[in-house]
Amino acid sequence: MSSLFAYTLLGLFTGAAYAIMASGLVLTYTTTRVFNIAHGAFGMLLSFVFWDFTQRQGVPTWLALILVLGVVAPAIGWFIQRFVTRGLGEGPVSVALVVTLGMLVALIGLAQQLWPPEPRALLPFYAGTSWNVGGTYVTAHQLITLLCAIAVAFGLYLLLSRTRIGTAMRASVDNPELLKLFGGKPDRVAALSWMIGISLAALGGILLAPVVLLDYYALTLLVINAYAAAMIGKLKSLPMTFAGAMILGILESYAVAYLPKDGILNSVRAVIPALFLFVIVVAMPQAQLRIGQVKGIVTAPLPTMRRSLGSGAGLLVVAFVLINAVAPNQVLLIGVAATYAIVMLSLVLLTGYGGHVSLAQFTFAGIGALTYAKLDEPNLFGLAVAALVAAGAGALVALPVLRLTGLYLALSTMAFAVLMDKVIFNADFAFKFNGTLAAQRLSILGMRIGSDTSYVWFMVLAFVVLALGLLLLRRGALGRLLIAMRDSPSACGTLGLDMRWFRVGLFALSAGIAGLAGGLFAGLRGTVGAADFLYFQSLLVLLLAVVFGATSVTGALLGGTALMLLPEFQASAPEMAGLLFVVIGVGAVLLGRDPNGLANYLFKLGRWTGGKVAPGLEGRLQGLLPRGGGAEPAATGDVVLEADVESTMVIEKVG
Amino acid sequence: MALLEVDEVVVRFGGVTAVNEAAFTADRGSITGLIGPNGAGKTTCFNVITGLQKPTKGRIRYRDRDVTGWPVHKRARHGVGRTFQRLEAFGSLTVRDNVRVAQEIHGGPLAWFGRSRGGVDMLLDRVGILDYADERADSIPTGTARLLELARCLASDPQLLLLDEPSSGLDETETDAFGELLVELAGEGCAVLMVEHDMDLVMSVCNDIHVLDFGRIIASGTPAEIRADADVQRAYLGYSESDESAHDTSVMEVVTP
Repeated sequence: MSSLFAYTLLGLFTGAAYAIMASGLVLTYTTTRVFNIAHGAFGMLLSFVFWDFTQRQGVPTWLALILVLGVVAPAIGWFIQRFVTRGLGEGPVSVALVVTLGMLVALIGLAQQLWPPEPRALLPFYAGTSWNVGGTYVTAHQLITLLCAIAVAFGLYLLLSRTRIGTAMRASVDNPELLKLFGGKPDRVAALSWMIGISLAALGGILLAPVVLLDYYALTLLVINAYAAAMIGKLKSLPMTFAGAMILGILESYAVAYLPKDGILNSVRAVIPALFLFVIVVAMPQAQLRIGQVKGIVTAPLPTMRRSLGSGAGLLVVAFVLINAVAPNQVLLIGVAATYAIVMLSLVLLTGYGGHVSLAQFTFAGIGALTYAKLDEPNLFGLAVAALVAAGAGALVALPVLRLTGLYLALSTMAFAVLMDKVIFNADFAFKFNGTLAAQRLSILGMRIGSDTSYVWFMVLAFVVLALGLLLLRRGALGRLLIAMRDSPSACGTLGLDMRWFRVGLFALSAGIAGLAGGLFAGLRGTVGAADFLYFQSLLVLLLAVVFGATSVTGALLGGTALMLLPEFQASAPEMAGLLFVVIGVGAVLLGRDPNGLANYLFKLGRWTGGKVAPGLEGRLQGLLPRGGGAEPAATGDVVLEADVESTMVIEKVG
Repeated sequence: MALLEVDEVVVRFGGVTAVNEAAFTADRGSITGLIGPNGAGKTTCFNVITGLQKPTKGRIRYRDRDVTGWPVHKRARHGVGRTFQRLEAFGSLTVRDNVRVAQEIHGGPLAWFGRSRGGVDMLLDRVGILDYADERADSIPTGTARLLELARCLASDPQLLLLDEPSSGLDETETDAFGELLVELAGEGCAVLMVEHDMDLVMSVCNDIHVLDFGRIIASGTPAEIRADADVQRAYLGYSESDESAHDTSVMEVVTP
């Protein structure tokens, strides 16, 4: 009994820290409608800042706390609201999510730059001081955490109910437009809530860093804990959020105490927040259809079939030249780019056409790879099985959240990705802990595609075929339905469409495409393991897909290429990597203006040059290059890859 | 037996009662008008009938079955069609594709592969917007978009047609043509239920009219009965009985946008 008391108490202390973090998340979300998926990442970065101040610069703890919570964090919050997230809340959920996702990735990159990996620890406050409470020891750090949570709760209560700006904050929860009409200043409200929100993320991070370790990823993932807690209060109610945080803390504490220390149940402890989140999401009531919303999204232009076929053929020719021109070790890189590009095609279907966000797309590729690796003598049928298993998993993820849309669906997929990454992929029936599986190359009609060059070319072919299929689908009835559903779900419902099952089907199809890419990837690499399919990879895939353009297959091609180049550049040409990061960052911020991504700017540029600069050039070019610019100069690998991308742009223009 | 029966429906949003024990029916072959000042709960009634809004209390019966618990799409599949007051056209699609989508949803996956352009254009012609067929739905005038919503709704062969302020944005000639179309549709056996502010149109085409005020039905009857009803005058104009005589229904039109 006394151990139950001890673990409950322990859980309450962790829960208090979660509550601090979650309340910041709720505050920014309710007042600005931007769900900050980088909330945990801000907590992470500022914990590192706090560590830097106290351990490296020797600033006294109290002063460092004041500096971080009172100066650095609010300044960052103000800056973000002013220059990055302003006005995003009124746009589609996917854009706001991807912009904050961009911040998450950037913050991790920044932290790794400023504080390169080395063991460092943030000590608890007053380490060593503790008191005996009912037979269990309570440390000073735990007590401080609890006191902080109480102070935060009380402070927020005073702010929201006793001050003028607090009243404006509550008003902007319900209707920011109305607030503006009554002379309120939504921008000031938004800025204040971001400043407080980031401060609370920092405080939560600093309090939790001694517990979860000062780690780039562990602290970033705390956003799931905060989100799970906030979901109890439907992302609205602060008291319910506090209650949710306490329940989550206690559950985690019990899991540590009572779950067996070996076998698969041991790894479950790490994903308690994700599981908790699933349970709450499943129990959530049906989302009501919204009526009277903004419609008519300008999507990227849809090329004619002839032009698509020409571009596809052009890409195959370019790929052929490229594969035979580059160094043998770079051939595999082209295959990796093709893998990413196919996974991003699955996001073109789901996010670009369908308007749903998945933060688990590379996890589906992992499921496809796992299935593929388990087959002996994989052939086209086996590849189809890999795709089907991934599709089944996609349907399973979409099923519990059938009744929910937008943000809830997106964050459930993130919980799923973490679950797969930490538990399932490491299980004995899968890749095993730290293990890998060998995978064969694909056979077609009994012929194994043995050589790297032909295998990679086959992957490019798969990309082209899938891209053409997608464009065909977009042009047909299914494409019209997808657009109709995005423009007005209510109208689709009143016309008799059961959108829940349609959505499950869409998720399954998209996951299937990703699974296919995973299967091909396994065959390419020869060995695959859980480390190839970390949840973080899915975040990168979504980020780059949307930044480069999730509404066009060209965007998928560009995004896939960029995602392959990123780590290569980081290893061999850091200044190029920096440039690419800048492109991605600028692209993410530009999303607020044009959700069709960088590809659409290229289309516009293409039309502009085609129409204004060189009206006669088109005809001449067509005479020179009958099926698009296949004869691009092939120099060194990386540069030509860029040329490859550009030449397809030319093809789109010239067609 | 009426095709649609709204039975003592109550809808509360927090402390506000939007619809308060509303009860009315709609019959095959007749046009029923639902009128009342802004905020009277008319659109909420439509949302309850189509399933977009759960009633706090009360039942919806349709074709002699209790459909209160049915989801939106199921009701639509059984012939409940509607248009929206705040437009819900598919803005990124062309006018023709808007109707085509409706046909494809109605026909199920098998219809996805057929060619049905003739039927679509016939519907566009019937509501009088064939000229706009190739334009994007977010670029056409409001009145035209309302007619598009009607054409889209007709593509799914509705038995009960709910029209939410269908004539706003139409000019006089267009409104007259629209009124004729409604009578024609009712003649084909459709039950039309219409929320409308244009009193001339309501009075000339409706068989029955129900007046909502603060969520409650304050009067029901034929156009002539409604025109003479003192409660209705009060609800619309805030007049007492003594000084109402000078005002006829055309004034209502002015007051309500």
